[in-house]
Amino acid sequence: MAENPGKGIWCVAELRHGALVPTIFELLSAARSLDQVSKEGVCAVVLGGPGKTAPAAKEIASRGAQRVFVLEHALLDGFLEEAYARALKDLIEREKPSKILLPASVAGRSLAARLAVACRAGLLGDVTAVALDSSGNLEALRPCYGGNLLATVAVRRGLQMATVRPMAFPRAAQASSSGEVVAAPVDPSSWGLRGRFAGFAPEESKEIDLSSAEKIVSGGRGLGSAKGFELIRDLAHALGAAVGASRAVVDSGWIAYRHQVGLTGRAVRPKLYVACGISGQVQHLAGMSSSDVIVAINSDPQCPMMKLANFAVQGDLHQIIPAVVAEIKKQRG
Amino acid sequence: MNIVVCVKQTPASANLPIDLATGRIKTEGLQLGVNPFDEYAIEEALRLKERLPGSSVSVLSFGAAAAEEALRSALALGCDEGILLYDPAFEQSDSLATAHLLCAAVRKLSKAKGAVALVLCGKQTNDGESGQVGAALGAWLDWPAASCVKKIPQADDSKIVVERLMEDGVDTVELPLPAVVSVIKGINEPRLPSLKGKMAAKKAVVARWGQAELAADVSQIGASSASVVVKTAPPETRSAGMTVPGGSPEEKAAFLVQKLKELKFI
Repeated sequence: MAENPGKGIWCVAELRHGALVPTIFELLSAARSLDQVSKEGVCAVVLGGPGKTAPAAKEIASRGAQRVFVLEHALLDGFLEEAYARALKDLIEREKPSKILLPASVAGRSLAARLAVACRAGLLGDVTAVALDSSGNLEALRPCYGGNLLATVAVRRGLQMATVRPMAFPRAAQASSSGEVVAAPVDPSSWGLRGRFAGFAPEESKEIDLSSAEKIVSGGRGLGSAKGFELIRDLAHALGAAVGASRAVVDSGWIAYRHQVGLTGRAVRPKLYVACGISGQVQHLAGMSSSDVIVAINSDPQCPMMKLANFAVQGDLHQIIPAVVAEIKKQRG
Repeated sequence: MNIVVCVKQTPASANLPIDLATGRIKTEGLQLGVNPFDEYAIEEALRLKERLPGSSVSVLSFGAAAAEEALRSALALGCDEGILLYDPAFEQSDSLATAHLLCAAVRKLSKAKGAVALVLCGKQTNDGESGQVGAALGAWLDWPAASCVKKIPQADDSKIVVERLMEDGVDTVELPLPAVVSVIKGINEPRLPSLKGKMAAKKAVVARWGQAELAADVSQIGASSASVVVKTAPPETRSAGMTVPGGSPEEKAAFLVQKLKELKFI
């Protein structure tokens, strides 16, 4: 069994086309909770194109990372698993951390898997809680089987890695002192890179992304038609929330797949989830039942979503939602 | 083009009975089927086969003996051969170890029938849900890879262009072949099996490869996996909520908004 003589907990930031994804601050919280036991220090890594990482690195350094390693290269401008994994592996071999946390995003999950194989590391995927077991190994909780089971998983050898589900940890606040930003060398000459990042088309609507949203308003069959999503968007706008949907309405073509919450869509964990006209089939609940506060608006008081909700509002959503939007506007003045 | 699809046999229902004493899924009488995400991978492979003459589709599944049924489902849809990776020595393999076994099988296939150009996987399974196997397989094979692919606008014998659905939009990535791609729901509309296909699949011989055939690195698989499941348990149930009082929609709305304000959501 390979030993893991490394030291330090690293958090890998995700920079998407110049914008720092806030999951890094959640990773820093998770890392600091581990560091209270292991006392090995918390560092961060940010990768990106030439001249693109400075504001992000500074921000991360101010939120509790003692060192922020910056990997800049033209080949790291767009996300490519091969390039990111090689750049990180080179840095890991030099600096020898013991643990690495990444966001369980599309890029984070595939990067983590590629990196873990390259480093012969152990990887715990999509976890919602982290701890150290009695031998100091990384242990984590991860929901599986559509939220039906919670598994306790642990790394047994090598470098210890985990991808952390967005919104599972609070975001680290400004620290009293700022960490240092360290520019690390990037040498792609030995990478043998084959894939090529060819372009990016941003999501056209300015809607908030589901997976890192603090509030989500979702619509289901009860909306009656695609037009019903205008109500959902009104309420989402009033609350500053992202727009979600059940599988049934995505399959009916009322809204794009990227909005789907549930087993075959996104797993989300917002602070507030408002389910409108969603009865709460198991496949949907699997993706949202760990939300902090759930509000259900439904005509059927007996449906599973109404029973799960912290606040169950019985009635016709076509009347309730406009009334809620009007009330929010009134409260705001 | 030689295409490989990786499939897993998983529970067919989202509503799973849990044994509260052991904290595990009750497997007795549990309906199993092809992991829903893998159905899109199978369909995409068949469409590529139809587009590129002379192609073949091999299906791999790592699982118990019963997983042969998942392979037969793929054969009924038009895949050319099915291979079950099964050996007691493979048990307790985590997702990286699973990818290692699939890697050994892809290499063996390449030797037996000519170089494999493309491996397609589902984005994740509906049981383990790690979403790591496709990317890890790319790493073990040392091939370029892309995850969460929503469209393959271009594919020929040397290169594949994929559109990847990210949180903030769509990335386009070019991968020279061989490559590994994992696909999401919505990339296609999977076909149904024909009666003829079903009949043929029933009679088809599904090969079974164990450690004797794969000769996988035993330090990376089975009980030597780098991660373990310590235990499983059902998640905590939520405490009961309240029904929002009021007669009119306006009264209910006022109560709800007041509560949301107290919780600092407004």
